[in-house]
Amino acid sequence: MTTDTTRQEDPMSTVTPSRAPHPDAPTAHRHPDGRLGAGLFDPGQLARSLPDALRKLDPRVMIKSPVMFVVLVGSVVTTVLAVRDPGDWFGWTITAWLWLTVVFANLAEAVAEGRGKAQADTLRRAKTDTVARRLAGETEERVPGTGLRVGDLVVCEAGDIIPGDGDVVEGVASVDESAITGESAPVIRESGGDRSAVTGGTKVLSDRVVIRITTKPGETFIDRMINLVEGAARQKTPNEIALNILLASLTIVFLLAVVTLKPFAIYAGADRQTSMIVLTALLVCLIPTTIGALLSAIGIAGMDRLVQRNVLAMSGRAVEAAGDVSTLLLDKTGTITLGNRQASEFVPVRGVTAAEVADAAQLSSLADETPEGRSVVVLAKEAYGLRERHQGELAGAEWIAFTAQTRMSGVDVDGRRIRKGAAGSVVAWVRERGGTVAEDADTVASRISEAGGTPLLVAVHDDRGARVLGVIHLKDVVKDGMRERFAELRRMGIKTIMITGDNPLTAKAIADEAGVDDFLAEATPEDKMALIKREQAGGKLVAMTGDGTNDAPALAQADVGVAMNTGTSAAKEAGNMVDLDSNPTKLIEIVEIGKQLLITRGALTTFSIANDVAKYFAIIPAMFAVAYPSLDKLNIMGLASPESAILSAVVFNALIIIALVPLALRGVRYRPMSADRMLRRNLGIYGLGGLIAPFLGIKLIDVLISSLIPGL
Amino acid sequence: MSPVLADVLLVTALVGALALVHRPLGDHMAAVYSSKRHLRVEQWIYRAVGANPDAEMRWPAYLRGVLAFSAVSVLFLYVLQRVQDKLPLSLGFKAITPDQAFNTAVSFVSNTNWQSYAGETAMSHVTQTAGLAVQNFVSAAVGMAVAVALVRGFARSRTGDLGNFWTDLVRGVVRVLLPISVVAAVLLIAAGAVQNFGDIHTLTTLTGDKQDVSPGAVASQEAIKNLGTNGGGFFNANSAHPFENPNGFTNLLEIFLLLVIPFSLPRTFGRMVGNVRQGYAIVAAMGIIWLLAVVAVTWVEFAHPGTASQIAGGSTEGKEQRFGEGPSSLFAVSTTMTSTGSVNSFHDSFQGLSGGVLLLGMMLGEIAPGGVGSGLYGMLIMAVIAVFIAGLMVGRTPEYLGKKIGTREIKLAACYILVTPALVLIGTALAMALGTGESSMTNTGAHGFSEVLYAYTSASNNNGSAFAGFAANTEYHNTMLGLCMALGRFLPMVFVLALAGSLAGQKPVPDTAGTLRTEKPLFTGLLVGAIMIITGLTFFPALALGPLAEGLAT
Repeated sequence: MTTDTTRQEDPMSTVTPSRAPHPDAPTAHRHPDGRLGAGLFDPGQLARSLPDALRKLDPRVMIKSPVMFVVLVGSVVTTVLAVRDPGDWFGWTITAWLWLTVVFANLAEAVAEGRGKAQADTLRRAKTDTVARRLAGETEERVPGTGLRVGDLVVCEAGDIIPGDGDVVEGVASVDESAITGESAPVIRESGGDRSAVTGGTKVLSDRVVIRITTKPGETFIDRMINLVEGAARQKTPNEIALNILLASLTIVFLLAVVTLKPFAIYAGADRQTSMIVLTALLVCLIPTTIGALLSAIGIAGMDRLVQRNVLAMSGRAVEAAGDVSTLLLDKTGTITLGNRQASEFVPVRGVTAAEVADAAQLSSLADETPEGRSVVVLAKEAYGLRERHQGELAGAEWIAFTAQTRMSGVDVDGRRIRKGAAGSVVAWVRERGGTVAEDADTVASRISEAGGTPLLVAVHDDRGARVLGVIHLKDVVKDGMRERFAELRRMGIKTIMITGDNPLTAKAIADEAGVDDFLAEATPEDKMALIKREQAGGKLVAMTGDGTNDAPALAQADVGVAMNTGTSAAKEAGNMVDLDSNPTKLIEIVEIGKQLLITRGALTTFSIANDVAKYFAIIPAMFAVAYPSLDKLNIMGLASPESAILSAVVFNALIIIALVPLALRGVRYRPMSADRMLRRNLGIYGLGGLIAPFLGIKLIDVLISSLIPGL
Repeated sequence: MSPVLADVLLVTALVGALALVHRPLGDHMAAVYSSKRHLRVEQWIYRAVGANPDAEMRWPAYLRGVLAFSAVSVLFLYVLQRVQDKLPLSLGFKAITPDQAFNTAVSFVSNTNWQSYAGETAMSHVTQTAGLAVQNFVSAAVGMAVAVALVRGFARSRTGDLGNFWTDLVRGVVRVLLPISVVAAVLLIAAGAVQNFGDIHTLTTLTGDKQDVSPGAVASQEAIKNLGTNGGGFFNANSAHPFENPNGFTNLLEIFLLLVIPFSLPRTFGRMVGNVRQGYAIVAAMGIIWLLAVVAVTWVEFAHPGTASQIAGGSTEGKEQRFGEGPSSLFAVSTTMTSTGSVNSFHDSFQGLSGGVLLLGMMLGEIAPGGVGSGLYGMLIMAVIAVFIAGLMVGRTPEYLGKKIGTREIKLAACYILVTPALVLIGTALAMALGTGESSMTNTGAHGFSEVLYAYTSASNNNGSAFAGFAANTEYHNTMLGLCMALGRFLPMVFVLALAGSLAGQKPVPDTAGTLRTEKPLFTGLLVGAIMIITGLTFFPALALGPLAEGLAT
C-alpha cells in the first residue's frame, strides 16, 4: 500500500473498518414523487471550510477561474487605494465586501470539496500497511503490500486483508467489502467467472484464495476512490471549459465597458463620481461572479451526488456525457425483470387434471432450492391450496436435488418417481424408462416459449409407466414500475434497449410487457458491441451496465459504461463508472444526475447574467446623476444615496453567492419532462427570477444600510 | 387620415410585402447557392479570373479567398480615387487625399459605406460607377457568401468543405443582386429618380444665386445601395435628396429594398439546413427586434417631447417634409438595423431617446435583420450563444441544429461577440481621451458625446450612417474609422468561417424529445432576450451618458 497512511499499525494486526465508507455524507434517496433529491446542506460546513477557503486565495489557484481572478485583482487594487486614503470609509467598506466576494466563492468550492474529504478520510482508514504473502514458486514470502507488482500471486486466508486489487485465480472465499461498499454482508469471490475480482483493503472472512495482482500500488481502486472523492483528480469537463470561456469573454466585455467609461465620464463631468474604487465595484458587479464563484462547486457536487448513491465516476466527462445519453442498454435480468423466473401456471396434458400436475410439481420441487423451484411450491400453495410439505414429512422418500448437470429435481416415494425439469432432460428421462411424451406436452411447451416463458416438464414413473403429466409455465417477472420508468425516459428523449440471451420470441414478449423501445435477443458480446457502434454512428450517446469480462469491450466503447462492483476487474477497468451496489437500475439515476449537473450550470449562468440589469439601475444613476440630473430617473429603486446604492449592489453581489451555495451543491430540482417544458420552467425561475430578485435584494440592503448608517 | 393611422398602414404594407417575397426569394437564394449548374456568363468570369468553380474549399481557403478579394478591392478603390483627376469623366474633381481615400476604400469594401466626403462634389463618374457602385455589389455578395458558408457548416457533416468562395461571390452578384437591382432601378426611374452621365448643370435660382446640379447614374446606384445594405449615397444628402428618393412611393420601395434580402436569408438558411421552421424562428427574432425599434422610435418622434418640438408642433427638424415623422422613423430604424446607413432624414436631429434606439440598433451587431449576409451570420452566432446558455437548462450539453456547441465553437462565438463592442468602446474612448472626439463635435454635452459614439458604432458595425453633426473628415477619424470598419468587417468573418469549418466537420446528433427545440417560439423569445440583455449590458453605460442623459432630460 502507499505510504500516505495516517496511522502506523502492527503489520500483523490489520484493521477492519467498522464503519461504512462515508457515514458523514448526507444520505440521499429517491423521493417518493420520483424527483431526484440530494443531501441536505449543513450551514456548519461553511464555518468548517473557512480555512480551506482562505488557503485558496493563492493567485495561482485563483487564475483557474478567470472571473474570480478579476475580482481578486479588483480587491487588491481597492485595498491599495484604501490604504493610501485611510479616512475613506466608503473605500474600506467596498474593499471589505470585494474580499468577502472572493472568499465566498472559495468557500463554495471548499464546502463542496469538504464533503468529499470526510469520505476520503474513512476510506484512508481502510488503507493500512498490509503484509502480503507472495507466492514465489512453491514457497511463500512476506513482503509489504507496497512491494507488490502487477502479476504477482498472493495468498489470503481468513482474517487477512487483501493487499491489492486483483483476480482470484484459485479457491473461493467470502469477503467483507464494507470498506468500499458500506454493505456489511459478506460476498463470495471465486476463481473464474464473473465474480473473481477482489479489491485491496477488503477482508477475507473465510477460506483461502490465491490472487493475481492486477494494479500497481498507489493506483488501486481505493486510491482512485480517495482521489476522486477528494477532488484531487478532478479535471474540468469539456462543457465546464466551454462555459468558462464564455464567462471569460463576458468578463472582457464588461472590463472594456468599465475601462472605457472613464474618458466618457470625464467628458460628462463625472470624474469625481467615477473613482477607481467605484469603477472596480461596478466591474465586480457586472462580471458573472455568481456562476464564476459556483461553477467548480457545481461540478464537485455533481460527482459527490453520484458518490452518495455509491457510484464512482472515474471522470467528470462521463458524468456530463450521462446527461446527453440518448440510448440506454439495459440487461434484462436483474434490471428489467426480477433476477429469477417464476412459475405462473400448471398446464396438464390431456387426461390429467391441473391439480395432479400441481401436486406432482410441488413434490418434485421440494428438493429444488433454486428460486425457480421455490416459486413452483409457492404457486402450488397459492393457486391450488396445496400445503407446502417438508422433506421430513414423507417417510422413505428419496430426494433428488436440482443440479446444473441434471437440470432436474424430484423425489422417489411410494413407488412413484416424480421429476420436474428442463424439457430436454425430462423428455430424455421419460424415454429412458420406455415412456411416451404426450403430443400436447410439446404443443404447450412451444406455446409457452412463444409467449416468452420457459416451460418445465413434470413427469412421473409409476405402475402405469413413465409419462409426462404437464408443463409448468415459468415466466420472467417484470419489476414493478419499470413501464412507467421507461415512459419517463422516452419523454426525456432516451431510447431503451433490452439486452438478453433469450430467443427473440421470449425477448419480444418481455420487451412488450416492460415497455422498452427495442431489444437485442440472443445477444453475444459481439452483438452488443455492434449495436453500440451502430447507435454511435448515428450520433447517439450510449450508456450501458456490465459485469463480465465479456462486457469489457462494450463497456469501453459505450460513452457511459457502468461496471458492477461485483464484476470482474476487466469490466471495472473498462467502464468509466463503477456501481458499488451493483444495481443495474441505477443507470437511470446516473443519467438524471448528469442532466441535473448541466441544468444547474445553465440555470445559475442565466441567473447571473440576468442579475446585471438591476445592478446597472443601481450604479449608473449613482455615478452620473450629478453630471446629468436626468439620469436620476433611472434610479427606479429609489435608492437612498449614491454610496448606499453602490454598496448595496456590491453587498447583494457577494451575498447572493452564499445564498446560492446550497442550490449549487444540491443541484436544481429535476423532474423528467420534455425539453420544452423544462426550458420554460427553468427560464421562468432563473431567467425572470434573476431579473427581479436583485431589484428586491438591492432595495432591501439599501434600506438596511441607510437606516443603520444615518449619514447615507 | 391621421398620421398615426397612415404610419400603421405603411408599416403593415411593408411587412406584408416582405412576408410575400420572403419565401420565393429565400428559396431562390437557397437554389442559387446549392445549384450545380453554371451560367455561361459565370463560366466566362471563372475563366477570366482563373478559378475552378467546382472545387470545394475548407474554411482557411474560403477565408483566404474573402480576404484576398477584399484586399485587392481596397487597393483598387484607393488607387482609383487617388488618380481620378487623370481619368476621363472626372467632372473636374481633384484626386482624393490619402487618408480619405483609404477611409472610403475600406468603407465601400467592408459594406459600410461610411462617407466622409460629399459625393456630388468629390467623386468623378468613373469613381462612382467603376469603383463605388461595383463595390456595392461585390461587398454585399461577399457578406452573403460568408453567411452561406456558415449555413453550409450547419447543414453539412463529417466534412470540412464549405463550398467555393468564387462561385458564391459570382452567383450572389449575377443571380441575386443584379436582377433585383435592375428591376428596382427601372421602378425608381419610373417613379422619378434620375439616371444619366451628363455634366454638371449650373442653374440660376429665383433669387439669382448660382446652383450646381449634379447628374449621374443615380437610380441604378440607389437600387444596389439599398438592396446590398450599402448605404453610400450618390449625393451627400443621401436618400433625402429628391433625385435619389423623389416621393413617398420611392421611399417605401427603398425601405423594402434594404430589408428584403436580410429578411429572406433566414428562409434560405431554413431551406439549406432542411428545416424551414428553423428559419422562421430566426426571422421571427429579427422581426420582433426590428418592429420593437420601429414602434419605439416612431412613438418618441410623434410624442416629440421638448420645448422646441412642442412649439414646432412636431419633431420635424432634419426630416424631409415630403416624408414626415412616420416614414422617416421607419427608414431610420430599417437603415440602422440593416447595416445600410443610407438616410432619408438626419439622425442627429432625432429625439434623444429615439436616437438612442437607432444607436442600439447598430450596437446589437446589425442582426435584426442586419446586413446582407452579415445579419444572418451575426444572428446565428447569437443563436449559438443563446443555445449554449439555455441549452444547458434542458439537461444536455448544448447543441444547435444537431451540432454540439463545444469548447472550440464557443471560443469562436465568444471571439465574434467581443470584436465590435471592443472596437466601438475603445474607438470612442480613444477619441474622447485624446480630444479628437470633442473637436469634431458640433454639439456640446450629452448630444456631442452621442455624435462620437454614433460615428464609432456606425463604423465598427459596418453601418455607415452618421450623426450628421460629426465632422468626420479629419486625418485622425478617417484613419481610425477606417480601421474600425476593416476590423469590424473582417475579424468577425474569420471567426464565422472557422466556426463553419468546425461545425461542418462534426457528425450530427439526432433529435430526441430531450433536445432543445430551436424552431419554437420559446426559443425565439429566448434569443431576443439574450441579444437585448448581452448587448444592452455592454453598452448601457455609454448609452446612459449620451442618448439617455439627453432623452430623459426632456
